[in-house]
Formats: sequence, C-alpha cells, structure tokens
Amino acid sequence: MHVIRGIRGTFQPFWVTLRNMFRKPVTIQYPEEKQQLPERYRARLILTRDPDGAERCVACHLCSAACPVDCISMQAAEAEDGRRYAAWFRINFTRCIFCGLCTEACPTLAIQVTADFELAGRDLLKLVYEKEDLLVDHCGNDNSYNFYRQSGIGVAAPRGTNPGETPPADVKDLMP
Amino acid sequence: MNEMLVTLALILGKLLFIFGVVLFMAAYLVLAERKILGRMQLRYGPNRVGPFGLMQPLADVIKLLTKEDFVPARADKWLFLIAPGITAVTALLVFAVIPFGPTQEIFGQQVPLVVVDLNIGVLYFLGVSSMAVYGVVLGGWASNSKYSLLGGVRGLSQMVSYELSLGLSLVPVIMMARSFSLTDIVMAQQSLPFMLLNPVAFGVFFICVLAESNRIPFDLPEAENELVGGFHTEYSGMRFGLFFVGEYINMVVLGSLVTVFFLGGWHGPWLPPMLWFLLKVLAVCAMFIWIRASMPRLRYDQLMNLGWKVLLPLTLVNILVTGAVLLGLG
Repeated sequence: MHVIRGIRGTFQPFWVTLRNMFRKPVTIQYPEEKQQLPERYRARLILTRDPDGAERCVACHLCSAACPVDCISMQAAEAEDGRRYAAWFRINFTRCIFCGLCTEACPTLAIQVTADFELAGRDLLKLVYEKEDLLVDHCGNDNSYNFYRQSGIGVAAPRGTNPGETPPADVKDLMP
Repeated sequence: MNEMLVTLALILGKLLFIFGVVLFMAAYLVLAERKILGRMQLRYGPNRVGPFGLMQPLADVIKLLTKEDFVPARADKWLFLIAPGITAVTALLVFAVIPFGPTQEIFGQQVPLVVVDLNIGVLYFLGVSSMAVYGVVLGGWASNSKYSLLGGVRGLSQMVSYELSLGLSLVPVIMMARSFSLTDIVMAQQSLPFMLLNPVAFGVFFICVLAESNRIPFDLPEAENELVGGFHTEYSGMRFGLFFVGEYINMVVLGSLVTVFFLGGWHGPWLPPMLWFLLKVLAVCAMFIWIRASMPRLRYDQLMNLGWKVLLPLTLVNILVTGAVLLGLG
C-alpha cells in the first residue's frame, strides 16, 4: 500500500500542475483592472459635512486621542454663534494605519473612511493632508445626522425646536 | 597561412556563437521558468517589462549590476569574491565538448559543430561538472555565516552521494556506443536513442542531473525556507547574479547532456539537425521547470537514502545487465 501511495504521490502533482497551467490565473492586473472592494473598506480618511452643508467636526480631539499612531492633530476654535470648529486639522497619512478607530471615536460622524487606498507617493510631505485636503462636500455614510440639531445646544436652531426635543422647562414658573 | 586564419576565425566564431546562444538561453530560461511556474500556480508571472515581460531579463541584469557588491565582515574575502565565478565558468566549460550538430562545410573546410571533440569527452564532463560544487562550497565557507556554511556542507555531501551514480549511469552508454567521445555517442544513436534502449540508465542519469543542477527536489544547498538561500545568503548584486546565471547555464548544459547521451542528440526526422537539438534541450529544460513546480524538496536523509541505497545499486545492476545483453548479442 505504501508503494502505491508513494507512486501516486509522486505523479499526481505533475497532473495537478499541468491542469492548472491551462486555467485562467486568478491574478487581478492591478493598475488596469481594479478589485471590487468591500463596502466598508477602510482607507483614506475624510472630513464630512452635515446635511446643511456646514462642517461636522467640532474639534473635540477625540479622534486624535483614539489614534494609536498619533497621526491626527488639530487646533480647536469657536465661532461667534458658539459653533466649535477646527482652525486647522492635519492627518499624517505616512503614519496612519487605517484602523478606523478615529471614526468610531468621532461623536459627530465628521471623520469617516473611504475606499480610496491609492495613497502611495515619493514625497512624504505630500501625504500630510491638511483640512482643505480632507474636507469633502458631502455627508459620507450618513445623510441625515446633524450634531448640533440632535444635541440641542442652541447653535443650529433655538433650544427646544430641534427634532424630538421638548421645550426647556421654565424654572421660574411653578406650573407643571 | 590563409587557411590557418580561416580555421582561427571559425573557432572564434563558434565560441562566440556558443557563448551568445547559451547566455541568451540562460537569461530567457529564467523568464520562462518564472512564467511557467506562475501559470502553474494560477499567476501570470512577470509581464510588466516590455511585451509579455520579454524585457525582464534585461531589467534583472540592470538591477543586479547597479546593486552594491557587499562583502560581509570577517568573510574570507578572496574566496568570497571568486566563488560565484567558479560556478558560472565551470558550467560554461562543460559546453566545450557538447556537439550540437553534424559536421558542416563552411568556406571549404569541414567544421564539426563542437568546440573540441575530445576523445575522453565523458570524463571531461564528469571532471569539470564536479568542479562546479566548489563554487557552492567555497561561497558557503567564505561567507562567514552559519546558513551559508550549512548550505555549502550540504552541497558537498549531496555531490558525494549522487556523483557516483551519475558517472556509473553513463557506463552503459559508453558500453553501447563503444566510445568516450560525445560525438561518437550521438552517432551511435542514429537509429534509436539510448533512452529507449536503456531506460533505467536514463532515469538514473536524469535524477542525478537534477541533483547536479541544485534544483528542486534536490536544492538542499539553497533551501530558501530553511537556510534563507543557503550558500548565496550573503551574496548581493552581480555576484549573486553569477550564481544565478551559473545555475541556469547549468540547466542548459545538463539539458544538452541529457540530449546527447540519451535523446539522440541532433538526430530526428524532417527538421534540420540543430533545430532538433535545440528542441530536445528545451524539452528537457521544460521538464526541469515542471518538476520544480510539482515536487517538494527532499529531506536530507531521504537524499542520502536515495543516492546510496537505491540509485547506486540500481546503476551497478544495470551495468551488469547491459554488459550481459551486449555480450549475448555479440
């Protein structure tokens, strides 16, 4: 039995390799053909806008705190109407490991991942993206969420007028 | 005087022709091997440089030539520097005795299509091809690295265990051809190639040739997975390239030898003799590549067992049987 198995084991591989030689290779010829990426593929990061067209980012630093490689930095600022924003926002893509932890940390859905993975370049400084490189003109994955409307701080609309919000109680009134 | 000049020019022309063809074939065998291996593993292989990747050998040469020629600290410098040359040169030297076509008449002179038709061609081949292992051993020894040393040691003991069978498997051929000259051996196969007359000798010789060329399943000195490249771990740039080219020249040379000894050399119907020779050599090389795609590497003790316990007795018995048959036939 050992002999038969040995002989089969010696000659079968030749048949396998010969058969595979005439099959179509599974290789995807990358620059010409592109792979169909999964919907939730994690690559280049973007800063999205809310449905009203304003920036979502409130410069809370949570993403830079969550980042395991410390590639996100920003400077917080506040507008006259009380809306917080990032004076500058910088992601160093030479360091970024595309883990997506920043998007999970983000309370306003501002920072999101895209499927654009073609970031390679010879000049490393060109991979340090500033706010204007990161900011896009759409809402990303969520078309309805607007942080200031949901949290009711009174920036986007007066208090008590946001969706699902009851008017604030008048503390000087005794009526229920 | 004039005749001598013509003779000299013819010899030089033959040398240039052989150098050109063998090196060209070695360069494109690398590409062919990578392509065929790729297709057998459902990949494309190199297809970026030039149409179908045909310029890949050129790109490889440019890359190897422009790389740093690195000598490791405390390496045996001179041995380290000459070892790759030994591998490549010995492989080329063997080709001197290989006849690749029948005698031609050029400029009114009878020109045998072989550099020198030595009357001890077989012994010359055995001697010179055994020298090739010095490249492996000295390179491994001089690198001052344990992986390289292990590779060199393996190469040496592998050589000892297959070289005997390699030589002895040729004895029936010499007995049947009644000559040590490779041209005479080819001439003796005019009607039937020795592969059909003596398949056992062919099988043993083919296995030994695989071992001689340090290829899978006998690439123990190299063994990328265990020895990270074995004897050429420490080599870089064109010195690594010389080892590499030497291996592929060896493939061409050993393919030619299999053709000469067993496949009937340039004999064949319809096609011109030199084309037949080329086709047979390419077929043997394709077989080498196919084997590389299909077989695993033998373990060290398995190689020893195969060499000493199977191949050697088999060749000895084969010599006796062949002798008896030849005597019986008169």
